[in-house]
Amino acid sequence: MTPELTVLAQQVVLGLLLGGLYGLAAAGLSLVFGVLKVLNVAHGELIMLGGYGAYWLFARLGVDPFASLLLVIPGALLAGAVLYLGLFGFVVRAHEHTRVKNSLLVGFGLALSLHALAVRLWTADDRSITTTYGGAVLSVGPIAIPLIRLASLAVALALIGALHLLLARWRWGKAIRATAEDWQAALLTGIDVRRAYLLAFALGTALAGAAGTLVSVGYSISPSIGLEWTLKALIVVVLAGLGSMLGTFAAGLFVGVAEALSAAAFGGPYREVVGLVIFLVVLVLRPQGLFGRGQ
Amino acid sequence: MLEIRGLDVAYGDVPVLSGVGLHVGEGEIVALLGPNGAGKSSLLGCVAGLVRPRAGSIAWEGRDLLTVAPHLMVEHGLAVVPEGRRLFGGMTVEENLELGAFAPRARAARRQSLARVLALFPDLGARRRQVVRGLSGGQQQMVAVGRALMASPRLLMLDEPSLGIAPRLVRAILDALVEINRDGVAILLVEQNVRAALTLAHRAYILEGGRVVGEGAGPALLHDPHVRQAYLGPLAAADRPGDRETAR
Repeated sequence: MTPELTVLAQQVVLGLLLGGLYGLAAAGLSLVFGVLKVLNVAHGELIMLGGYGAYWLFARLGVDPFASLLLVIPGALLAGAVLYLGLFGFVVRAHEHTRVKNSLLVGFGLALSLHALAVRLWTADDRSITTTYGGAVLSVGPIAIPLIRLASLAVALALIGALHLLLARWRWGKAIRATAEDWQAALLTGIDVRRAYLLAFALGTALAGAAGTLVSVGYSISPSIGLEWTLKALIVVVLAGLGSMLGTFAAGLFVGVAEALSAAAFGGPYREVVGLVIFLVVLVLRPQGLFGRGQ
Repeated sequence: MLEIRGLDVAYGDVPVLSGVGLHVGEGEIVALLGPNGAGKSSLLGCVAGLVRPRAGSIAWEGRDLLTVAPHLMVEHGLAVVPEGRRLFGGMTVEENLELGAFAPRARAARRQSLARVLALFPDLGARRRQVVRGLSGGQQQMVAVGRALMASPRLLMLDEPSLGIAPRLVRAILDALVEINRDGVAILLVEQNVRAALTLAHRAYILEGGRVVGEGAGPALLHDPHVRQAYLGPLAAADRPGDRETAR
């Protein structure tokens, strides 16, 4: 392999590893948007809080970050339920056409509050979890794969698979999908739509918490990463379209690789640009997304 | 069973229903007829709990339905086949039927209900795993009726089940309604296909401009001059021998 090619392959691998987290982050946002028709712009802040949750568990109690998922996910489920009951439940009561507008207001307010809270609690410094196995690398020929990021990708994939099964098989999972398709018809078949909303929001928050935990291990967190992750998740959701969690994950991988390639081709600063270009191109050419259904 | 009195509905300043009253008795098939915009769908919406009336009462087996949350209607034995079917298009036939039996009471009887639906619409059996969006309009309507039946209702309400469906399948669906009714399920049928509705209804109401302007036994209305003039078209004004054969 020529040195250029090796560098490129290395970039693609790193892009895939990061893309898995994009996919996980986007799945939560997509679930909430698809079911509640509410755009939670504080989704990135929930990811940030999930990261700090894991960081706290590691720094205070020495809990391994992967093991801490077992605490962060239930904690985030609970936090999501509280956020729904205290905030987004009121947004959902408004007429369907005004929900997105109202959710933006509520979401931005929540994002600012959570950001301020995180600065107060953990200062504005970058943090990351450094485990004893943090530097381990799997070498495939000339390409180095950071083991911890590989494990994160595997966890992300497993969580998406679990979510997919939950929505496909569980009684309430089907109710959530039915509510996403037509909430009035769901009411007529006897589904308590408010409860489906609550469950979907809690699940979306749990996914954010899990994504945050993985970000804090393989990368770094600070109180200000929220907006960046919301934006990445939004790009992936637009690319994938609503309705397919596996499709969302695949779109996440795609964005990760596209970013890596553009950084390799045009230089580091262009990494952020490619996502926005994808965003615009998809909106113009295929507004329903790659895996979404047209209206 | 179902007793509606003095129902007033308005969207903003536009009155849709004024002082509408009707009742559906045990095991009856009642048709609700009228031109577009007469308020038929709003009336069903009120019974289903999706539309809030300004005034009036809706009682079901003695209970005030206006205080019941919409998702609990099926628990009380009411099921709706909404206008335009409103199926969960991305899901399979089986999943749609299963969701029809989501409420606890219906869930307990879901196996018998499913057998009943498949006996009524044998076509659906072979298509259980197909995604609903890929089915024809008539097949989708069968799924919609099937989904409502999965709730094992005592009153089935249908909003324009024959709309946009091939005539052969309209027949199949209307026949199914008679069959369903034979098991003791009362039916409230909103239809624009007046002739078909009147041949199978025991009684019918005519709704125009948000008011009940006529009421009577199905076959009798079929021969009512106003009904013939307004709904069956000029061709029907001269009595045709076929009518008597189809009227029950």
